[in-house]
This record gives sequence, C-alpha cells and structure tokens, in this order.
Amino acid sequence: MPTTTSLLRRSHPLADPALQRQRLEGTPLRRNFAAALDASGLLPFRATSIDTLQINLGKLCNQTCRHCHVDAGPDRRESMPPEVVEACLRVLETAAIPTLDITGGAPELHPQFRALVTRARALGRRVLDRCNLTVLLLPKHDDLPTFLAAHRVEVIASLPSTNARQTDAQRGSGVYEGSLVGLRRLNAVGYGRDPELVLDLITNPVGAFLPANQAALEAEWKHWLKQHHDIDFNHLYTITNMPISRFLEYLLDSGNYESYMERLVNAYNPPAAAGVMCRNLLSVGWDGKLYDCDFNQMLELPVEAAVPTTVFGFEAEALARRRIVIGNHCFGCTAGGGSSCGGATVS
Amino acid sequence: MSHYYDDKDLPRFPEMGTEAPELWEKFSAWYAAVFREGALSEREKALIALAVAHAVQCPYCIDAYSQTCLEKGSNAEQMTEAVHVAAAIRGGSSLVHGVQMRHHVERLSM
Repeated sequence: MPTTTSLLRRSHPLADPALQRQRLEGTPLRRNFAAALDASGLLPFRATSIDTLQINLGKLCNQTCRHCHVDAGPDRRESMPPEVVEACLRVLETAAIPTLDITGGAPELHPQFRALVTRARALGRRVLDRCNLTVLLLPKHDDLPTFLAAHRVEVIASLPSTNARQTDAQRGSGVYEGSLVGLRRLNAVGYGRDPELVLDLITNPVGAFLPANQAALEAEWKHWLKQHHDIDFNHLYTITNMPISRFLEYLLDSGNYESYMERLVNAYNPPAAAGVMCRNLLSVGWDGKLYDCDFNQMLELPVEAAVPTTVFGFEAEALARRRIVIGNHCFGCTAGGGSSCGGATVS
Repeated sequence: MSHYYDDKDLPRFPEMGTEAPELWEKFSAWYAAVFREGALSEREKALIALAVAHAVQCPYCIDAYSQTCLEKGSNAEQMTEAVHVAAAIRGGSSLVHGVQMRHHVERLSM
C-alpha cells in the first residue's frame, strides 16, 4: 500500500501554493474558468450571502491522505491561535450566520475544538465537524462520540469507498478498518440512528475520475454498509477531487493531469457553477485570514482586497456581496453534478 | 498507419455520422436511451458494458467503460468480477460446443 508524507515535509516544490497556481493557470485549456462563467452569464461572480462560516483550525492530522488538498499530516504545526478562535466566536455572536463548519486537518486535535463547539452551540448555531473517523480511535479522544452527541454536532465523516483496498490506497494502510470502528462508535451513541444525531459520509474518487451520481451511490452504500457491517448513516456526499496540493502531485506523477483537467473543463455545468458553495460560505484560515473557500485558502488566494481580509475586521454586509476570486481549479466544483463541502450541487 | 488501434480515435467516433447523419442520430439517441437508468441502474449497465467490451475485445469500449464504471461508483473488485463473468461465458461457450464435437465423434465412431 503506498504511503505518503506532506509535500512540506518532503520539501516538494508543490508545497509552494504559488507554484500550484502557476501550473493551473499555465495549463492550456479549451477555455479558462472566467470564460466559462462569462458564457453562463455569471460574471461578475459574487457571493450572495454568508450562510456558513467554515473555520480551518489547522493542518495537523493523524492521517496523510494522498489526495489531501490541505497538505495536512502529523508533521504540520499550523494551528489556529486562541485570539483567532475568539474572533471567530465574536463573528458568530454578532452576525446572523446559521452554520459553523469546522475543518482541518483533523479539527478535533485542536486544543480549543471542544470549547469552540460548546460556545457555538450555546449561541444556537448549527455546528458541523469534518471528521476523518480514525481520530475517534486515538486514546485521548475516545470520548469524542459522546461529546459530539451531547452537543448535537453534525458529523461529516470521510470514507472514499466501501472497498478496503481503495480506501487504504487513498487514506493510508488500515484506515478502512479504523474508519469502520469509528463509524460503529458513532452509531453506538446514536449517530445515524437518532434523528437528532446526523452522520453524513463524504466520498472522494480514489483516482483521476469524477464522482458517481450522489443519490444512486447513497442508496447502494446504505444497503451495503448495513448488510455487511450493520452501519447506519444519513446522507452520502460526493466531492470531486480538486487538482491542487497532493492530488495535483498525484495527477502529475501518474500522467493524468492534462486528461483530468480536460475532463473537468468538458464537464463544466452552468447550474453547478451558479450553485457553488463559495457564494454562501466564508472560509477562515488558521491565522484568521479570510478566503472564498478552503481550496482558495490552500492556494493562498485571499478574498478580494476591497473587503476585510481577516476575521478581525469582519463586516457581514461587505463580505456577503464580495466578488469571488476564481481560477482554473474552480472547474473542480462545477463539473457534472457539481461539488461542494455539502456534496453535489445539482441533482 | 502503423497500428490498427489508437486511443486518440475514440473521441473521433462521432465522425461516423459524417456520411450517414440520420443513421448516426438514430444510433446516438438509442445508445443514450439504453444507458439511462431504468429497471437496471446506470452503474449496473456500465458493468454489463464493461463485461461485453471484454467479450468482444474492443479496446475503445474497455477504455471508455473502465472510466465510466469508476465514475458510476464501481470499484476495481466489482469490475474485475464483471470481466470474469465475460471470460466465464466466453470459456463456457467454447466448452459447451464440445457437445457438438461429441455428436460428431459418436456419429463417426464405432
């Protein structure tokens, strides 16, 4: 089974977001993303609201997945400092943003994860935890399912495949079995079974191809995981792999880069473009900088300079109508059924 | 041309409509309808197509339906089993003709 480490640890040139951007924008395509949006009548491309504040707590993770767009791993030390966590909570206190989406890395490894969850729930916000499942097996975190359930946190768990070999090929040796253990622990406290405890799964393709139809795959997975492992979940979300960071490395190393980009461009779907997540989401980096999405965050493409660029200067009105920063990587969110942190954007 | 098959020919398939556009239109419409979800899911149909592609040994179809199967949510294990189904039918088809051989042997032998 192939293993990997972070690009940063390997001092790989692609650890530099500028080089990734250069590669993406320098690739000859039938048309670039701006031209595609223009042809769909979507320029200028602006946010419509902020329904979700997505906070990336840092790049530390107990896994090192081959497709990770964050380049996360056990060696990464970037972690949101307390003053940024406080600033995020102040935003939730003052702005009518209904959903807090917590991601990483493995966000549960952050020292203030539980405090953030507790306080955001106390403010009445819907809280999502993007969980890699194996974090639930770490000795220090074995009470996490109980904590998450007590605060009615919605768990969005990553599982690329119901096939062990495929899952381990993407996420590391033994991750499939560990993920099943994690899912059973969540089921045991009521997740996926109690209507108030939502357990959703996220699947990314294990390779250079687009995701399957979300509804069809969800029905098959529900049947298969119940029959073979007595595991229950609520929804399955399909996410297209973004051609950045370690997935970009995989595409280039495997000789699939050009054909994958061509596939994304050819599969451009105007309704998916109209419904992309950046139009109603704001992303906060570990250092408090603001981005249109987690992908732009990893490419170090901050929100446009005309609006506040850090969480410390948050202004709901201006940010809710900001012009979105785009690039050719955005084709990853507009191909086929579309792709977002909440899965496909068109049925 | 130094070889009979070229993967760059696959996207040129619609050129078959150049001389016979009506026939191509009919084929295209029928082909699209065949693969739409019906009593069988799109994923199941893609697996059948992959198996048939191996039975008829069409490299274009193997190329296209390997990708389609993955994009319909099948994994390598399921796809390999589909190819085994094709291989078993091809092998069994050869073997069952042995009964004809036996008829001839019985007819010609003492």
